[in-house]
Amino acid sequence: MERLEFAFGAGQPTLARTVTGVVASGDLEVLLEPGAAGLTSIAVQTSVDGYGATWKALLERVFADGALPAARIEINDNGATPGVVRMRIEQAFEEARS
Amino acid sequence: MTTHIEELLQRDSFIERSARSRAKALLDAGSMRELAGPFDRLHSPWLAMQQLVTQADDGVVVAKGLLAGQPTVVLAIEGAFQGGSMGEAGGAKIAGALELAARDNRRGIPTQAVILFETGGVRLQEANLGLAVIAEIQSAIVDLRRYRPVIGVSAGTVGCYGGMSIAAGLCSYLVLTREARLSLNGPQVIEQEAGIAEFDSRNRALIWGLTGGEQRFATGLADACVQDDTAEVRATLVGLFAQGLPERHRSERADDFLAALARVDTGTQSTPADVRTVYAKGAQ
Amino acid sequence: MEQMNTQRGATWLRLLANGAAPAHDSPSVKACDAQLAGQPARYIAVVPDPAGRFPRARAGEVGLVEGWQLARAVQEVVAMDREAAVKRPIVAVIDVPSQAYGQREEAYGIHQALAGAAGAYAEARLAGHPVIGLVVGLAMSGAFLAHGYQANRLVALDDPGVMVHAMGKASAARVTLRSVEALEKLAASVPPMAYDIGNYASLGILWEVLQVSDPAQPNEVDLALVRHTLEAALADILQDTARDLSGRLHGKHRQASRRVRELLATQWEAAT
Repeated sequence: MERLEFAFGAGQPTLARTVTGVVASGDLEVLLEPGAAGLTSIAVQTSVDGYGATWKALLERVFADGALPAARIEINDNGATPGVVRMRIEQAFEEARS
Repeated sequence: MTTHIEELLQRDSFIERSARSRAKALLDAGSMRELAGPFDRLHSPWLAMQQLVTQADDGVVVAKGLLAGQPTVVLAIEGAFQGGSMGEAGGAKIAGALELAARDNRRGIPTQAVILFETGGVRLQEANLGLAVIAEIQSAIVDLRRYRPVIGVSAGTVGCYGGMSIAAGLCSYLVLTREARLSLNGPQVIEQEAGIAEFDSRNRALIWGLTGGEQRFATGLADACVQDDTAEVRATLVGLFAQGLPERHRSERADDFLAALARVDTGTQSTPADVRTVYAKGAQ
Repeated sequence: MEQMNTQRGATWLRLLANGAAPAHDSPSVKACDAQLAGQPARYIAVVPDPAGRFPRARAGEVGLVEGWQLARAVQEVVAMDREAAVKRPIVAVIDVPSQAYGQREEAYGIHQALAGAAGAYAEARLAGHPVIGLVVGLAMSGAFLAHGYQANRLVALDDPGVMVHAMGKASAARVTLRSVEALEKLAASVPPMAYDIGNYASLGILWEVLQVSDPAQPNEVDLALVRHTLEAALADILQDTARDLSGRLHGKHRQASRRVRELLATQWEAAT
């Protein structure tokens, strides 16, 4: 099990807090809360060690343009593929908007 | 008159919903408030100690709200996390919520409870604490069911096993789907302890034939066997709560069950039909 | 060792109940009416029945019949004292290796039989009967949930033959996909996973742990100590207004249990 942390520049804080997904095999849960304006922080807990670079690359693709609202994000991952990770993050922001 | 296909398409699967989604769908629209939820971050300290990934709600959702206008708390177990197994934190959420519901009743508020059993029983990574919290859950069910019904639901795909099957047996009413299994020991454990001749854990027909929702309902060990449809589950709960407390809880009927068991031919294994016969004559 | 263990329940029952005859002729559930602290009390044990009708429940396991007979033995006490001002104590003398594992057991709903027992003990406690559990041997999983785990106070003997756990080692290893050795190693650093009574005591669920010279064949000194402890447990229950299981939540390893209840209580009112 590995813990990873990331931070990205962001916009105004997200309005709602949401939780999406479950820590099932091949899946993950994403907790999303409003963050301080301008900053998105992400704490990852993952069952699979050694994929720090993959996480970094994926999260950069999602957050690096700073367009998403500022959020405090917690990810509890049980071996999801990058595609599923991305889907759950997008789902979380989608729910926060609605 | 809808065709079978149309019926399937209209069906809103209860099984496919997550625990949180099930709880929300059962309670009256807009009435659900989650307590001790994921943002309280009640991760399992014991799983973390063993380098296992934790879920922020420890696999249990406490949802307080209204069901057909009545104050109701839904305890929903997430079967997809660690097989729905009971750890200290998640189990404490169930026991604690039931305790508060009983306290409500002593203060004149008729809070009732629904438990969504999707669980393999004790979480072995927390063994003795899992067992202890299940005893606390059982105590709280017996306390609350003096005032208002405690209704258990098991829909699948995990079913209801282990110490939590005993908790299910303490409920005022029990609702199952055909997909659900209700059983104390899992097939693998029976095979391990008693040998493959006693129970072949790969024999799915045997497992569902003896412990599936339809059989449990047919033998009086459950009160309803419903389709995998959220609206039907909800309507069944509303109907059962409206009946109020049963005259005697199933778990109080020791004499009836002992009389029925005296009729069992223990010289051979019993078929599902045998069980239906034995339990038809009065142990209902 | 296993076979010796499952005689402990019968031995301690006979000694504590002063040889009183069981109230029924049930071979595997013995309920003896005797005294505790000079007042009427019922002592109950599950014992082996080698000639039992259910082959998978002959070595002291709690099976279908045992579950329902435990229920009946406890319900009787509640009925006997329904109009009485003083509710007599019930002592569960506990040496149960497991629930019964078998096809027949699942077919006829052993989960429901154990619910009968657990529910009866809980209802007796809620009706005001002091319930004391005395663990003299094994207190395993569903069997313990049915016979003893609903007690107001739990007392255990300190002995390698005294064990509380949720599942036997071989099955636990199979289910968690580990070797028994790996499981034992893990248990050494994770207190709730351990099998020994020392680690179990650290969880704060037991009220008292007793040193006796011979747990299987107790002498007069052992018996006096246990009797004295049961009387003290009774006195402790009688002065306690709470008749629930909240006394088990104070140990250092129950922090999560306390935190959860605090949060629920705080948030409960606001959610009305």
